[in-house]
Amino acid sequence: MTKSANNNQLNNNGELRHFLTIEGLRRELLTEIMDRAETFSSVTHQHVKKVPILRGKTIVNLFFENSTRTRTTFELAAKRLSADVVNLNISTSATSKGESLLDTLHNLQAMQCDMFVVRHPESGAAEFIADNVAPHISVINAGDGCHAHPTQAMLDMFTIRRHKGAFPDLRVAIIGDILHSRVARSQIQALSTLGVGEIRVIAPKTLLPSNTSTLGVHVYHDLEAGLKDVDVVITLRLQNERMAGALLPSPREFFSRYGLTNETLAFAASDAIVMHPGPINRGVEISSDVADGPQSVILEQVTHGIPIRMAIMAMTLGSHANQTTET
Amino acid sequence: MTIPTYTSTDIQQWLNDLASDIRDDLAGLQPLIIGIHTGGVWVAEALIQQLGDDFFDAPLGTLNIAFYRDDFTRIGMHPQVTPSDLPFSIEDRHILLVDDVLQSGRTIRAALNELFDYGRPASVSLAVLIDRDERELPLQADFVGQTIEVPEGHQIKLTQADPLALELLQVSLNEDEND
Repeated sequence: MTKSANNNQLNNNGELRHFLTIEGLRRELLTEIMDRAETFSSVTHQHVKKVPILRGKTIVNLFFENSTRTRTTFELAAKRLSADVVNLNISTSATSKGESLLDTLHNLQAMQCDMFVVRHPESGAAEFIADNVAPHISVINAGDGCHAHPTQAMLDMFTIRRHKGAFPDLRVAIIGDILHSRVARSQIQALSTLGVGEIRVIAPKTLLPSNTSTLGVHVYHDLEAGLKDVDVVITLRLQNERMAGALLPSPREFFSRYGLTNETLAFAASDAIVMHPGPINRGVEISSDVADGPQSVILEQVTHGIPIRMAIMAMTLGSHANQTTET
Repeated sequence: MTIPTYTSTDIQQWLNDLASDIRDDLAGLQPLIIGIHTGGVWVAEALIQQLGDDFFDAPLGTLNIAFYRDDFTRIGMHPQVTPSDLPFSIEDRHILLVDDVLQSGRTIRAALNELFDYGRPASVSLAVLIDRDERELPLQADFVGQTIEVPEGHQIKLTQADPLALELLQVSLNEDEND
């Protein structure tokens, strides 16, 4: 279902029309998203924390899977751009009555919506929706199965850039459940597009995808060796709900070998930052000391989700303006 | 119509006039000065040089009206922009808003909307270096350096900050960037 690198997310002018995956996007575009997010950050200095750029647009948060942080920051981002927002939790809505995904979409389109923000347990769902919406609608992938979570990756890149400046000299390590993580996949694509010097993944063999060798990353099975001298440590949530087979003996066993603690973090560079896309399992992939410690930027990541999503929403909806004269 | 040219002496004269009118009207009000990106910031900097640092009550504020424009659905996002920066509270203060060229009035409409999202000023006055007198909205400047009739199909814009320099250039007729 995943048509990789087929960039139907760009319009004829090379502008972002949908935002479905990091794969296939140019470095300049990723940089533009971060630069625009910097501009949108300044909106929080206003008494009225809103700009009118998307006034009159209707954005539908179409969530087929639970989410608190992502859905809330998408909603706040849309509201700070003055768009109207509808939140649909589909698991409790029409599809449980047997309506097909396309029927649901067509009904929402008939209500004159301008954007769908989609989270879905199936890989490729956002792209399927993008392929089937009316031309004036933009689709943003808020996480599809084990495939991609590109806005999370961009807010992570934004967080790294704010702390570390340039990307090429950095060593970045991603620890944990790479196999099931759409976040890790999007992060690796973004980090390599931005030219990060060295990307490491640290995980047991059972939690690595079979194609790891094609990702351009260095694989470590030993936490201390993998953390040596890294500038950015990204921990991932151990995804119990996605673990069908017995890939791990127990969460406790995982923590003893791969959990990030003050002792293991000491192997990283002394000014390394610690990131986690949330929600965190304290004592499974990360200790409370580290999660709440001075090197943690986990809550900043949450804050940065808002301007990054504002930038992506404004850019994708803005792309339609330039298209009207061409079609 | 012959294409007029303007020398740096002309521009300096307009600035002097502008500064002198502003001094007469706003002295004693402890005004705050805000320039609109990019040309308006340059004119505001020149005005601060003329009037002295003490005339205004705080360093220059800058407004970028990109998110407040009325043409998003027509032309989409504007190129990369510097964020607005108001290093003071505008609440109950007298504001001098500065732009380089006043034409349609749409930029000023956007700037006023943005300004009011930062607070409720006591008053807002508008100073522009050049008035093109081609208004599309009921907005007028309080202080004008020079009124200029620009030949059809031409655009006037500041090209340099210090000293201020102007350029009059031919544009395609459906372009109305300069307002």
